Amino acid sequence: MEIKTTGVAGTLESSDIQIMISKGSNGIELDLDSEVKKAYGDQITKVITETLQKFGLENAKVKATDKGALDCVIEARTLAAAQRATETTDEPKLEVL
Amino acid sequence: MENNVKRQLPDDVMKELNLKPFETSEIGHPEIQRTAPKVTATTGQNKIVESLEDVIKSTLKDGMTISFHHHFRNGDFAFNEVMDLIIKLGYKDLTLAPSSLTGVMNDKIIEAIKKGVITNITSSGMRGSLGDFVSHGGLKNPVIFRSHGNRARSIEDGEIKIDVAFLGVPISDPAGNANGQDGNAVFGSLGYALMDAQYADKVVLLTDNIVPYPNTPASIKQDQVDYVVKVDQIGDPDKIGSGATRFTKDPKELKIAQMVNQVIVNSPYFKDGFSFQTGSGGAALAVTRYLRQSMIDNDITASFAVGGITKPTIDLLEEGLVKKVMDVQDFDKGAALSMAQNRNQQEIDASWYADPHNKGAVVNNLDVSILSALQIDTDFNVNVMTGSDGVIRGAVGGHQDSAAGAKMTIITAPLVRGRNATVVPSVETVVTPGESIDVLVTERGIAVNPKRQDLIDAFSKVPGLTMLSIEDLQKMAEKQVGTPKPLEYTDRTVAIVEYRDGSVIDVIKEVKD
Amino acid sequence: MTYVKNRLRRTMMFVPGNNPAMIKDAGIYGADSIMLDLEDSVSLTEKDAARLLVYEAIKTVDFGGAEVVVRVNGQDTPYYDQDVKAMVKAGVDVIRLPKTESAEMIQKLVKDIEKWEDEFGIERGTIGVMAAIESAKGVLHAPEIAESSDLMMGLAVSGEDYTADMHTHRYPDGRELEFARNMVLQAARAAGVYAFDTVFSNMKDTEGFYRETNYIHELGYDGKSLVNPRQIEMVNKVFNPTKEEIEDAQNVQNAIREARAKGSGVISMNGKMVDKPVVEKANRVLETAKASHLIDEEGNYLGE
Repeated sequence: MEIKTTGVAGTLESSDIQIMISKGSNGIELDLDSEVKKAYGDQITKVITETLQKFGLENAKVKATDKGALDCVIEARTLAAAQRATETTDEPKLEVL
Repeated sequence: MENNVKRQLPDDVMKELNLKPFETSEIGHPEIQRTAPKVTATTGQNKIVESLEDVIKSTLKDGMTISFHHHFRNGDFAFNEVMDLIIKLGYKDLTLAPSSLTGVMNDKIIEAIKKGVITNITSSGMRGSLGDFVSHGGLKNPVIFRSHGNRARSIEDGEIKIDVAFLGVPISDPAGNANGQDGNAVFGSLGYALMDAQYADKVVLLTDNIVPYPNTPASIKQDQVDYVVKVDQIGDPDKIGSGATRFTKDPKELKIAQMVNQVIVNSPYFKDGFSFQTGSGGAALAVTRYLRQSMIDNDITASFAVGGITKPTIDLLEEGLVKKVMDVQDFDKGAALSMAQNRNQQEIDASWYADPHNKGAVVNNLDVSILSALQIDTDFNVNVMTGSDGVIRGAVGGHQDSAAGAKMTIITAPLVRGRNATVVPSVETVVTPGESIDVLVTERGIAVNPKRQDLIDAFSKVPGLTMLSIEDLQKMAEKQVGTPKPLEYTDRTVAIVEYRDGSVIDVIKEVKD
Repeated sequence: MTYVKNRLRRTMMFVPGNNPAMIKDAGIYGADSIMLDLEDSVSLTEKDAARLLVYEAIKTVDFGGAEVVVRVNGQDTPYYDQDVKAMVKAGVDVIRLPKTESAEMIQKLVKDIEKWEDEFGIERGTIGVMAAIESAKGVLHAPEIAESSDLMMGLAVSGEDYTADMHTHRYPDGRELEFARNMVLQAARAAGVYAFDTVFSNMKDTEGFYRETNYIHELGYDGKSLVNPRQIEMVNKVFNPTKEEIEDAQNVQNAIREARAKGSGVISMNGKMVDKPVVEKANRVLETAKASHLIDEEGNYLGE
């Protein structure tokens, strides 16, 4: 999968997470801002990284701004952002979820 | 050492401060020798002083204990005006012992701590930047958190010895007869400040409104007051009740409120002449509304409501559904203004309200208390002090007192807030012991403390009321949000949470970032 | 989750499909059906993200036993195909098709569902369909739409779009919807499917909401679409059977039991034969009474 543009998905509303994905060359580089970073930072990082890997992205810069999203929301937003970044929104890869 | 709610207390701190571990919520019948203030006798002719600075200079020495009240909440001008001068005059090693601290005081306190002006704090609570500062080790000596009843007890017992009390009031006469009901920045009951007025060695009133002698009704009386200082403006009336009272439209809060009402109505206490306490949160206010309808439908009136009072409670008073309001503080303008109009809205001081070491406080006459929680654990222990990140952001308030006194204590809390579970295996900080909590109400169902089989029997017959074990609710929350990584703290104790009898129920450690 | 053709459907609560906070809590209010929306409440730029969010929500969120319905985007939009595919894979209970104007549209939806069921190895017939009737054409074709498929769960009147199509708008008295409401209800009843009334969005007008709900209940509607959880209790109140209705229903059930005990195929009560619609009505009454906690499991009356 090739990143063609910067893909953003999700909002800054409570219980949501905003994910921004852009080109990278050094694996998955995640910059996470979360109000529950202490308790759930590792878990959020794991969910985002695994979702991107399953989607087929090995290298990407990811900026995540979390407002207390549950794992299912994080997965959905990560995939949406990845599909937008790779310009593949017409064919959702549901098998990633 | 470990106390009776299974909290590890640091031996060195306990020994150094000569503290006892929490054992039980039962107070028993201890004999107390109360202390009395040192009084400088005067005929009271020359109390009015133009210069606050002169008053501070003539009353305050390094190492002393100063106090304030928090009735102006975020509309408070008195605190910063006094602290500014104290900092400017270069005082050191003061103990700050207010009834509680509000957000507008935070910056000034942090400045005073950094300059060595304040080295000890005892309070009901703290929030925002100050809580953050203390949780990150900003103050060398641990803060001591006390409930409103415990503060009253500590003042009477001499554990808190107030040297100078600086008390802002919206009205006073030249002799110091003052109340919170008249003037511009009206806040209603002076309940918490009455302790300071009675027990401080020096009592300094600050007001922007001096009226001819004698000012009545007088809550603070001339025989207690040393100085009356005229200031330009004592408070911002628009911010006194800010954010507190608003009927929620949040469907989840309404759902919880409705369930709380179901619990009350189906309890053995819902009969003519019952009594209750509600807080000021969105769900608590909605409870008042549902309860009003249930009282009308069942032709039941309450003998009294107590606590922090809001307009919806005053509406019940005016409708005759509540006979008396026992008022220690008012959360909004409606409740504050009505005190002058309603002789059934009785001002009570903190001791009368909640003190465990007197001859009977109002909370002991209470049937139903509805309280909130930041966290509650499977032992029903409640945390109202630290957030899920371990940082101080709350207040004990009357929580321990009301829970201990009421025949049925109901905790209302959403199962989760954002990604944080509210019902947890073990709370970050125990403030109120589970033995004084009877029912938890969440949007997914209620849980009853197993020691209250009578309530379990009563509520199991209520159609449509989902009753679960608290372990089930905890698991339900965890299933939603996942298992959090345990928070990390350093070994340093930044705050001590006392139980209402002065024993230590928990300590708060410095957070590790 | 599997589609159940006959169940209690007094309340169908709309939840915007791109709002995680609202989706997360949708299950706590006791709605009979929850309708996650991919259509009007989701902006064109968020269609892809909402679809994935709703997909994840169906798979993971506890909706408290409510039936889960998804309103997909219309067949004239580029989102329809992927919406249907994702919802089939997620295992939704019912798919609601907006702007339905013909039997063919429903038959296309059913075919599309079957295609994806086959692809994902899901048993056919596990997902129901329902039609939103939102135009004059839709109303006139309601009978054939209602009968278009065995998987048809019900018809829903959608007042906003319909009144626009009719060159009018919503009025408090509802006269502008009179024909559509009656037509859709007749079509649904004739085909043996459910009928749902349109939303009432002014939360401040409690009286108006009760007036409208009482009216559609009188007509014979099964339920109402809702925009706010606070409306659930109000609808349930209107749909609650009276004590007399409950007792009648219990008498019918007793008669059935007696007939069974005697091995008789004919059910009679007070010397009269009991017909099928009466039996079904009795079942509906008792189901509603149980759901609203008006009777307990043994049938004892708990109301006031």
